[in-house]
Amino acid sequence: MAKSSVVTKPRDILGNSALRPDGAHKVQGSFEFTSDLHAENMLWGATLRSPHPYAKIMSIDTSAALALPGVHCIITADDVPGKSTYGLISSDQPVFASDYVRYMGEPVAAVAADHPETCRRALALIVVVYEVLAPLTNPEDAIAGSFDPIHPDGNVIRHQRIVRGDQNISGPIVVEGEYVIGMQDQAFLGLEAALAIPDPDGLGLHLHVATQWLHEDLTQISACLSLPAEKIRLTLGGVGGAFGAREDISLQVHCCLLALKAGRPIKMQYSREESFFGHVHRHPATIFMRHHADANGKIVKIDARFVFDGGAYTSTSPAVLINGITHTQGPYKCDNATVDGYAVRTNNPPCGAMRGFGVVQACFAHESQMDKIAVAVGKSPVEIRLINAMVTGDPLITGQIMESVAPVARCITETDAIPLPALMGETVNELSLPGGSGLTASRSHIVRGIGWGVSMKNLMYSEGFDDFATARCTLKDGVASLKFATSEVGQGFVTLAPQIARSVLGVDEVILEPIDTQIGSAGSTSASRQTWMSGGAVDGACRLVRERLFHHVGKQHSIDPLRLVIDGTDVIDQVGTFRYSVAEASEGIEISETFEHHHRATEELDANGQGNCHTAFAFVAHRAVVDVDPELGLVKVVQIATAQDVGRVLNPLSAIGQLEGGIAQGLGLAVMEEIIMQNGKVRNPSFTDYLLPTALDAPDVVAVMIEEYEPQAPLGAKGIGEPPCISVTPAIVAAIRNAIGKNIERIPVRPQDICL
Amino acid sequence: MTVIVAKELTTALTALREHADARLIQGGTDLMVEINFNHVKPTTMISLRDIDSLRTIRRDQPGMLSIGSGVPYSIIEEEPVLSDIPALSQAARTVGSPQIRAAGSLGGNLGTCSPAGDTLPVMFALDAMIHLNTLDSSRVVSIHDFMTGVKRSVRQHDEIITSIDFPIVKGWQGYSKVGVRNAMVISVASTCLVADHENATVRIALGSVGPTIIRCREAEAWLKANHDLSAGASISLDIAGEFGKRAAAESSPIDDHRSTAAYRRHAISVLASRLLRKAYQ
Repeated sequence: MAKSSVVTKPRDILGNSALRPDGAHKVQGSFEFTSDLHAENMLWGATLRSPHPYAKIMSIDTSAALALPGVHCIITADDVPGKSTYGLISSDQPVFASDYVRYMGEPVAAVAADHPETCRRALALIVVVYEVLAPLTNPEDAIAGSFDPIHPDGNVIRHQRIVRGDQNISGPIVVEGEYVIGMQDQAFLGLEAALAIPDPDGLGLHLHVATQWLHEDLTQISACLSLPAEKIRLTLGGVGGAFGAREDISLQVHCCLLALKAGRPIKMQYSREESFFGHVHRHPATIFMRHHADANGKIVKIDARFVFDGGAYTSTSPAVLINGITHTQGPYKCDNATVDGYAVRTNNPPCGAMRGFGVVQACFAHESQMDKIAVAVGKSPVEIRLINAMVTGDPLITGQIMESVAPVARCITETDAIPLPALMGETVNELSLPGGSGLTASRSHIVRGIGWGVSMKNLMYSEGFDDFATARCTLKDGVASLKFATSEVGQGFVTLAPQIARSVLGVDEVILEPIDTQIGSAGSTSASRQTWMSGGAVDGACRLVRERLFHHVGKQHSIDPLRLVIDGTDVIDQVGTFRYSVAEASEGIEISETFEHHHRATEELDANGQGNCHTAFAFVAHRAVVDVDPELGLVKVVQIATAQDVGRVLNPLSAIGQLEGGIAQGLGLAVMEEIIMQNGKVRNPSFTDYLLPTALDAPDVVAVMIEEYEPQAPLGAKGIGEPPCISVTPAIVAAIRNAIGKNIERIPVRPQDICL
Repeated sequence: MTVIVAKELTTALTALREHADARLIQGGTDLMVEINFNHVKPTTMISLRDIDSLRTIRRDQPGMLSIGSGVPYSIIEEEPVLSDIPALSQAARTVGSPQIRAAGSLGGNLGTCSPAGDTLPVMFALDAMIHLNTLDSSRVVSIHDFMTGVKRSVRQHDEIITSIDFPIVKGWQGYSKVGVRNAMVISVASTCLVADHENATVRIALGSVGPTIIRCREAEAWLKANHDLSAGASISLDIAGEFGKRAAAESSPIDDHRSTAAYRRHAISVLASRLLRKAYQ
């Protein structure tokens, strides 16, 4: 027989660019997002929201709305059978406001009707009489105690200090600044949506929802509904992005309450405008920092004061505060520090989780400071950062020892080695200049700047939280099935999990079972944690299955199971000639194992902010090249060079996607993305006026992956989701400062900040 | 809601007269947003997009290009408009996204009459003439008389904007628009400048810096009185700077969530000055 050449596709194992199973569907528009779900006999739900940032509710009259044909039921705070409040850390947010509304957009009532338009008309017929109150909008008023408490829990959500080392030490170089960070929105594209289907007996229900953490939702819903958790099933609907905004409850409880009351399936989905009011945002912050350095530019001490505006309810503000203040030093050695941090309550929209989680704010401040030290001692941005770069084993300002692989200097030098983009030629495409399609500039109007940003980011949860993930692997006839409750929000776990199973078990076909609450928690898809945590759980479950398979094969063929290993898709004897395909080896049997992955324990901080509060860290450097039109204040980010500490690349395509996406999000915060508030009111709740970067704003990204295997991580891989968006923002702002020679301490940078 | 899809202009005009509450829809890029936000609740809509006569570009007389009110921006970006009225092509390119430009049209910009309407400054700088038809009459109105305020015009309920006449001017023309991102953005300030070399005049109109588009007559007159504006003339940086300041002085911008009055005025002075320099490079 003639030899035929067979082209084999590389197997989609770890290290290869396996494609997303849902990729083609998303591109073609056939992916089913939660907002596409439908059920027989379904009604629509909608929410009535407060138009005022702060007001006393005098009365709510739903009679006219109830009389509208097509309206099935209306619910208010009176209809919440269980706990009247919810919250991720502190249960201080009402399901529906009953006495006071504390932010513009706070839910007051919800309606179920036969059509979205009927819902809209019904909402307009609900009469709420408010006594409008002057809102608390300045966080300093909350700290000073000059404003009466706007909530029974008070106006300061959390206060924490960090006191370390010599409190009186200084150096010949002292630089300081007060940095202001605006309110960014996660702006996921797939809006909030859920479908609640009541059980026929009316005693339980099934909720399909776009969320980041099914089990946490379940806990909060169960308490508010006063139903045992086993009577509520949650299934993940198709999610179109999250970035932190789906960690808190939004429409979940409302949708379930309506379904139980109406006795029919209820579909709820927010519009873009409602979405701006329906989820938490990134905390606006004001950060004062003073760095003391020696004549060489080495940091001697840092003084800092952080104020995070948490808005009306707690959400994750306490954790965001801790993340912010414990990252005061950035990726640099620092032995002495005095840090004072506040997260406060105001009548602004609630703020909570967003990619970078408090570290984005801290990083803008510490990186701006590093450039000031560099100028003061006559060193370059690269030199000053290399002099101060921390290494594994260094103590942090919390006293915690840096135990993660910490290739800070390598991130900087490898970024520095990336070639700069070509200088602008004589002829340029005018669309590529600052101002873009507006054709506002010629080449001669443009000045180019270069800026740096380097960051440290904690991975996983902190402060003593037992953060774990669960997965089950079942092997049958050469096919592996994986079951987990890990929310796929776009990050790519549905691509990675089968890659892990193929690598560990030598199978090719992997079936993903529905993502729901019929298994233990996977924890949240946040904190750059799912590759590490759920990846660790899938890996652990697959390894347990493999061990049992080897025992089975060993018994059948009288080989010591310890001699068996997986080679490609075969089970082989390491020291003999035995070779048997995994498909044959597992024929007729079913092996199923469940594994829980816990990361190492962490501690709470003491009164002086000392303690091993974080699990692990990742690092990244960004260099921005930015063209600026100084006269008009317009900006075009030309190139972002980056080297990121990733541990190990598990899927190169997916990894570069995280880097490029994070950079676009960080660019948005640097130069355009801001929820504009005026006296507690949101002025721009739309994509017409809340601006996200377009293709003409996006830079070229040149990325280097620093692969230093992280021994603490189950797969050697660090989480890579958050770091890309953190230090790119200060790098871009530094490049703008470099181009125009003017100090800017507020983001996003507005045209008038540059040119007026 | 009733939607009348007209194939002929007369069908649309008849329907318009019969339904006092009817709203016209061409690309729908403004109206559908208004409807989605529940700002308007029309009970009758008359679709103009299948009326071929509104979607043609004609050269009826020499020195004049007549563009149908329904010609989408994506066509205006291309020839023949690109060569004959380049400022209009440039303005069309700044409108929204490719999807929006495939739907939106000059008729929509005129029908909405927002001071941020991207193509309106071009019409003001070129003294465009607007053709309006009713079932039994027609009239031609100068753009200067057409727009009367923020989202207000002289168009009567039973009138349809059919076409816009643009003179083809020998000389240089350009359009610039400032927004806070590099594409797909609502104008913070915009400027159209036309250098008419034959008549040795410069005309300039401003968008988003007043209740209507602002034609800077005083700055134009100052420039003509003090400087040679024929082809081949040169404009110094000082003259351009002074011209920019004078143009900005004629604007009356406001502070809002998109920008500040001070920045808008500053941007106008920069844009006017740069466009003038480009016109005489």
